[in-house]
Amino acid sequence: MSGRIAFDKLGVVIAAIAACGVFLAPFATFRANRIVPGDAKTIFEALPSWAAMTLLIVLAAATIIALLRLALPWRLAASMAALAALLLLIGLAANHLTPPGNTYARVSPASGFWLLNFAFVLLAADSLTRLRLGPVARIAVLAAAALAVAAILYSGSWNGLSILKEYANRADSFWAEAAKHVTLAIGSLAAAVAAGIPLGILCHRVPALRDAVLNVLNIIQTIPSIALFGILIAPLGWIAIHVPGAAAIGIRGIGTAPAFVALFLYSLLPVVANTVVGLAGVPAAANDAARGVGMTASQRLFKIEFPLAFPVILTGIRIVLVQNIGLATIAALIGGGGFGVFVFQGIGQTAMDLVLLGAVPTVALAFAAAVILDAATELSASNGARTA
Amino acid sequence: MIEIEHITKRYGDADVVSDVSFVVQPRTVTVIVGTSGSGKTTLLRMINRLVEPTSGAIKLDGRDNRAVPAYELRRHIGYAIQGHGLFPHRTVAQNIATVPGLLGWDNTRTDTRVNELLSLFQLDPATFGPRYPHELSGGQQQRVGVARALAAEPNVLLMDEPFGALDPVIRAKAQEDLLAIQKRFGTTIILVTHDMEEAIHLGDRIAVMDEGRLIQYATPAEILARPATPFVETLIGTGDRPFRFLSLNEVGEAVEPGTAEGEALPASATQRDALAELLWSGRTALPVEADGKPIGRVTVEGLIRRAARPA
Ligand SMILES: Nc1ncnc2c1ncn2[C@@H]1O[C@H](COP(=O)(O)OP(=O)(O)OP(=O)(O)O)[C@@H](O)[C@H]1O
Ligand SMILES: [Mg+2]
Repeated sequence: MSGRIAFDKLGVVIAAIAACGVFLAPFATFRANRIVPGDAKTIFEALPSWAAMTLLIVLAAATIIALLRLALPWRLAASMAALAALLLLIGLAANHLTPPGNTYARVSPASGFWLLNFAFVLLAADSLTRLRLGPVARIAVLAAAALAVAAILYSGSWNGLSILKEYANRADSFWAEAAKHVTLAIGSLAAAVAAGIPLGILCHRVPALRDAVLNVLNIIQTIPSIALFGILIAPLGWIAIHVPGAAAIGIRGIGTAPAFVALFLYSLLPVVANTVVGLAGVPAAANDAARGVGMTASQRLFKIEFPLAFPVILTGIRIVLVQNIGLATIAALIGGGGFGVFVFQGIGQTAMDLVLLGAVPTVALAFAAAVILDAATELSASNGARTA
Repeated sequence: MIEIEHITKRYGDADVVSDVSFVVQPRTVTVIVGTSGSGKTTLLRMINRLVEPTSGAIKLDGRDNRAVPAYELRRHIGYAIQGHGLFPHRTVAQNIATVPGLLGWDNTRTDTRVNELLSLFQLDPATFGPRYPHELSGGQQQRVGVARALAAEPNVLLMDEPFGALDPVIRAKAQEDLLAIQKRFGTTIILVTHDMEEAIHLGDRIAVMDEGRLIQYATPAEILARPATPFVETLIGTGDRPFRFLSLNEVGEAVEPGTAEGEALPASATQRDALAELLWSGRTALPVEADGKPIGRVTVEGLIRRAARPA
């Protein structure tokens, strides 16, 4: 045996990233107003010295725990402590750097902050994965994280950060666009599920149809989103003019309607394909037994085939939901609303904070959707409550 | 009564089942034997219309099996498929309750029936009822498959190699259970196997299939005594023939007056077991008893005479 301490491999990576974050990259950026380039500030410049010291001690301790091969709960606790310190102190940095009474100055997290977060999110994710939490526990962890962020937001300790100053300026439109975004993403998903599952069942029953349908959907999937919006303008415009009542319910060549239709079309392939794959994966013996005991075709579909295919179909729905939450940002380009509004306004004004105001909630939503649907898939796949 | 009349099933140009006719008497066990691919499963599945015949007809109690919708017909014919075919997402109890559910039985009646069947197959209802099929051994799965087929008290039970996955001990037990159940409910059973031993043991009649044709349809004794073709003879296995013949009858029928030394045999043992015991213990005669009272003896010569090919 050699006398050397064996380091945790991931711990070494985390330590390297954290060291870059502390020593090489700035912690926060200060700008005199929202569009000028900013000054990079290190941890000691951005924070009062007691806070800087505290942060460094917490980060150092967490890094050491990550390096040593300690039990998983220790590693998880270390990552949580490091993340909590980072999240709380970035708010403090904003207040510390902003001169009193100055409403134009902007403070935002800089690359060092993001690197440090990345390092300890990695540690947290690794610990959580290795703890093999059940689906319910994972949702609980997600809920706890969401609550923690909500609590920090509510406490106002981040109010000095640039992204929240952008929010403060457009709080009303933020929630309106959020509602549009979610409606677009989930509404188009619901439509795709309503149309895609029956279509998938049909493809499963009629093999001749299957290849044709899947090929067409594959082609649609490869059309770039902007091009698809363009393609939809003409037919939707025509419908708006020629179909009575269409314009009244909001169908137009631009706006929410084409965005909705485009997202719907993109969603169809994963839903249909997964329905087909799921149904094809139903054990032949189970199908045979279902016929043998005297189930009618529809009883067999609803009591045997569909429940057995459900986890696979749910995987398709997960892909679609995450994809739609991301894609719905593009809807803003044709006046469809959503978080994309802030992203494109921000790009137009070269105001990065505004871009973040659109991007951060989008990423958070997509992440939460992925965790929740993964858990749901697992729950439905383990022999669960879902029996007739 | 099941009447199979000139049934043919053709896939492409191949006759998988070719002009098969026979009649199964009610409350009897008929065993279909044959080599792999001889059309046993196909023939069985034409009875409950999982396969539609190319020509010919099948009548159940005088009624053509096409007189009712296929699903309706199948609810009244138990079917234990090759492999177990349990529904993986349903518990053992839910699997067994499938047909009662389709027939609209009330919950109390269904639960009682499920528990009765599980107990009958030596599976504790409290332990096994809530389990999922993948939490059972292969043999337990097969027994649940048979229990599911029996759930709605069908008059006719079709079984496709129901005991294939069982070890010899459990297999013998399952065969006894099946015969007991058959006696108790008076079920008409058609069972497929490729094991001649099983066929002789279980069958009131045996139907031998080869390449889609019915070669012989007769009682086990008849098949053993007068195999219709060399193929049937091979299937029986000439080496075991006298012993199989002896296994058909009980010691009670071979009792001779007189006494003998040694431990008495029960009159209900098979003559084959008696011969084996005589040979193994190196004696020429053993006493036989019925209900604890001696009724005579059985001798090696007597058994050898009975094992000879009937005239
Ligand atoms: N759907 C089908 N299409 C074409 N051929 C089939 C089909 N089903 C069965 N066959 C063929 O019919 C023949 C008889 O099959 P069957 O399943 O009845 O045999 P089996 O006697 O039950 O054999 P085993 O003992 O192996 O179960 C086989 O040669 C098989 O390949
Ligand atoms: Mg077979």
